[in-house]
Amino acid sequence: MSVINTPNGYTLDNGGQRVVVDPVTRIEGHMRCEVNLDKNNVIVNAVSTGTMWRGLEVILRGRDPRDAWAFVERICGVCTGCHALASCRAVEDALDIKIPLNAHLIREMMAKTLQVHDHVVHFYHLHALDWVNPVNALKANPKATSGLQNIVSPKHAKSSPGYFKDIQTRIRKFIESGQLGPFKNGYWDNPAYKLSPEADLMAVAHYLEALDLQKEFVKLHTIFGGKNPHPNYLVGGVPCAINMDGDMAAGAPLNMERLNFVKSRIDEMVQFNNNVYVPDVIAIASFYKGQLWGGGIGAKSVMDYGAYPKVNYDKSTDQLPGGVILNDNWDEVFPVDPKDPEQVQEFVTHSWYKYPDETKGLHPWDGITEPNYELGSKTKGTRTDIKELDESAKYSWIKSPRWRGHAVEVGPLSRYVLAIAQGHEYITEQTTKALSGFNALAGTELNMKQALQSTIGRTLARALESEYCAEMMVEDWHALIKNIKSGDSSTANMEKWDPKTWPKNAKGVGTVAAPRGANAHWIVIKDGKIDNYQCIVPTTWNGSPRDPEGNIGAFEASLMGTPVERANEPVEILRTLHSFDPCLACSTHIMSEEGEELINVKVR
Amino acid sequence: MPNIELTRSVDKSPTESFYDVMRRQGISRRSFIKYCSLTATALGLGPSFVGKIAYAMENKPRIPVLWLHGLECTCCSESFIRSAHPLAKDVILSMISLDYDDTIMAAAGQQAEAIIDETIEKYDGNFILAVEGNTPLNQDGMSCIIAGKPFHHQIEKVAKHCKAIISWGSCASWGCVQAARPNPTQATPTHKLITDKPIIKVPGCPPIAEVMTGVITYMVTFDKMPTLDRQGRPKMFYSQRIHDKCYRRPHFDAGQFVEEFDDENAKKGYCLYKVGCKGPTTYNACSTIRWNEGTSFPIQAGHGCIGCSEDGFWDKGSFYDRLTEVHGFGIEADADEIGFAVAGATGAVIAVHAAASALKSAKTNQAENTGE
Repeated sequence: MSVINTPNGYTLDNGGQRVVVDPVTRIEGHMRCEVNLDKNNVIVNAVSTGTMWRGLEVILRGRDPRDAWAFVERICGVCTGCHALASCRAVEDALDIKIPLNAHLIREMMAKTLQVHDHVVHFYHLHALDWVNPVNALKANPKATSGLQNIVSPKHAKSSPGYFKDIQTRIRKFIESGQLGPFKNGYWDNPAYKLSPEADLMAVAHYLEALDLQKEFVKLHTIFGGKNPHPNYLVGGVPCAINMDGDMAAGAPLNMERLNFVKSRIDEMVQFNNNVYVPDVIAIASFYKGQLWGGGIGAKSVMDYGAYPKVNYDKSTDQLPGGVILNDNWDEVFPVDPKDPEQVQEFVTHSWYKYPDETKGLHPWDGITEPNYELGSKTKGTRTDIKELDESAKYSWIKSPRWRGHAVEVGPLSRYVLAIAQGHEYITEQTTKALSGFNALAGTELNMKQALQSTIGRTLARALESEYCAEMMVEDWHALIKNIKSGDSSTANMEKWDPKTWPKNAKGVGTVAAPRGANAHWIVIKDGKIDNYQCIVPTTWNGSPRDPEGNIGAFEASLMGTPVERANEPVEILRTLHSFDPCLACSTHIMSEEGEELINVKVR
Repeated sequence: MPNIELTRSVDKSPTESFYDVMRRQGISRRSFIKYCSLTATALGLGPSFVGKIAYAMENKPRIPVLWLHGLECTCCSESFIRSAHPLAKDVILSMISLDYDDTIMAAAGQQAEAIIDETIEKYDGNFILAVEGNTPLNQDGMSCIIAGKPFHHQIEKVAKHCKAIISWGSCASWGCVQAARPNPTQATPTHKLITDKPIIKVPGCPPIAEVMTGVITYMVTFDKMPTLDRQGRPKMFYSQRIHDKCYRRPHFDAGQFVEEFDDENAKKGYCLYKVGCKGPTTYNACSTIRWNEGTSFPIQAGHGCIGCSEDGFWDKGSFYDRLTEVHGFGIEADADEIGFAVAGATGAVIAVHAAASALKSAKTNQAENTGE
């Protein structure tokens, strides 16, 4: 038992009851979480562990840089495409390849479609069951549900009592079958669920609507990239050539019909965000109005590289501006440079890797990774049957990235705080409007900081970002048409396709606003092959274990101070962890200068 | 591969329900009703639900599916929910009972893991194990930890009691990206770990959504395993190459090729063979069923096939290298006859064909130009 004060302002007490959640479900990949509860069932210590490692960057070494996008795309099939894009950008940065405007606009639409898709699927299919109780929906009055729908979002067409009655009947039949499928062993009689039966029924209906519609959104990827998940990308541009009215246009990747198809999907995304997703989040949040915990370092210490430039290669035109804010001081935004060796560094003191000197961090271009799975002396259980981890030693497959030594949170909330702090008109207005909608429903008078520095704030920012991305896409589509109309049909710059045109040594960085936050890939190319490849992805930042100074990362910080209704049912822990939309396959895959040595790791 | 009826086994009645199973295990009707009552209470439902739950349990259940995740990227689950016919919600609500799938299940931690034990107890030998991802053996198996233990403990335990296994995607089927050289975690596909159960491989990174739900609906509808080829893939979806039914195939035959991305030929939709298309050696349904409700497929969108449903496709050279190891180009040969890629001679054949076609095309152009 010990009490520790962290440099970033938390008091960690590992006495009291220890609660273990493993696996943390409804996330991408595998994760474990342990917390200590005090006598009032309030979380006083949190330990977050990435429980998988795949070694993708090791695998990339020695390969053709033009192939890298396909490998790293497989880091994650949920945020599919965001790593492929970061990879193409890293290679293009290293080789000084500039892509055509059409390719830029197409990539922007693909990235923003991913934002909308991923945010919608996250909220309805990974996060909603933390707030919504499907069993309670059986008690709803369908007519009253219809009334509620008309208050929450009068523009949504699917709102008749008959519609809700049908949904309720289907859920009733499902539950009465006794085979509960994904709802089995849920926490349905836990008082932590606060929605009225009608709100539950409305949310369940939208769970199913979102499931049907998300498959439509991604068809934009299918048009531009041939498939989803894992659409195809291309170093130098995009693979989909444009042929509007020439010979054989009908068989070309992009023609009038294909672009019209894309526009229809964009319109669907705009509508769903405006009429369903954003109103739902505001309505559901209003039932949880008193719950202002879960913020942690969120909206206080935040980082993003900036994204969606109006003019490609001009960071000053980013429609989601980047930067760093520290210690809740929104008045000062530091510039961020992923190439500066002093800024972004990774530590492994508490990670299952080995550095020659573990008190120091390494910039990704100089990154080292050697797996070193070992547990601390205070671990309960055995090496292959862990009961309780020893967080004073190594305890995660995730490294600890820090910005100038500071733990920062990344994600939609961080991007929104950065935008608001920098006077972004659209986002300030959009957030203010959402907040007044919430205050009106909840009967509260929360200001921006109060509302955003919470689990609910994180979830709300994600919905707003989805809405903004869909609207930016409408502009991208019109810009693409305008550019084609001006006579430019080019989609790829092939001048440096041939490795013979490359310098002997080159280094590059590619950044992307991934759905879960700041994503960057660093590449070193030597003699036409990959010499080193490193990714620091959003969940590495958020899910990081402690650093040598003892700073806790965003996941751990966010859980501190959260009251728990029932110690053996982790609803509140899941709720806050899910508000980050953790992606564990993303967060754990590193490569080193000594990458080859890994081949010699024990082979059975 | 023997054909196995899925919802029954030799020693049990064809319509054995959950109630029958309980009775066979010597549990009284009284205890059974009590169980139903507890279920209703656990759900916060009133006593009126007890009879309904009991009724359902006395009748033929939906087949339980435990969907485990090893080292993977979740693209298979994402693909699955893209299914348009049937809709993913209809599969989950009406066809199977997806009792464990850590990507979408409400329960976590001990409540999640308890489902595995409950399923084994109630449906021993009568549920399907679906595997997404694969099993690492290096680092003591601890590069994939579930409930504090190596993933291989979980998969081995579940496999021992299941009726059949579906290996979703290239990870579970072959190894896929984390098993690419040098395979630092020693990621191991299902069939190399579990050798005593029928396994259906549904490869692809990911597999096509409608192929995934097609395999499930076939099994539920016809109550048996689909016919598999020698490599364990359902013949219905994996018995021909992308090239065989590609809409750009006439351009291949005519020797009309994209020479470089975004050239004039790319705009005309010519064949992508010269920019690395692996369609001629890849067995999958992309050119027939296509992707995302038939919207398109990689070749139609201008990029060559990268061969993502083939064993070891990550280690067969660059995605942009021209294929040199190609079998002939008749569509009659099936996967069993081809097996793994055939080296040398056939590579020459395709190269000669491409050259001959190009020559033919050049001659035609010349003829046109000179007015012959």
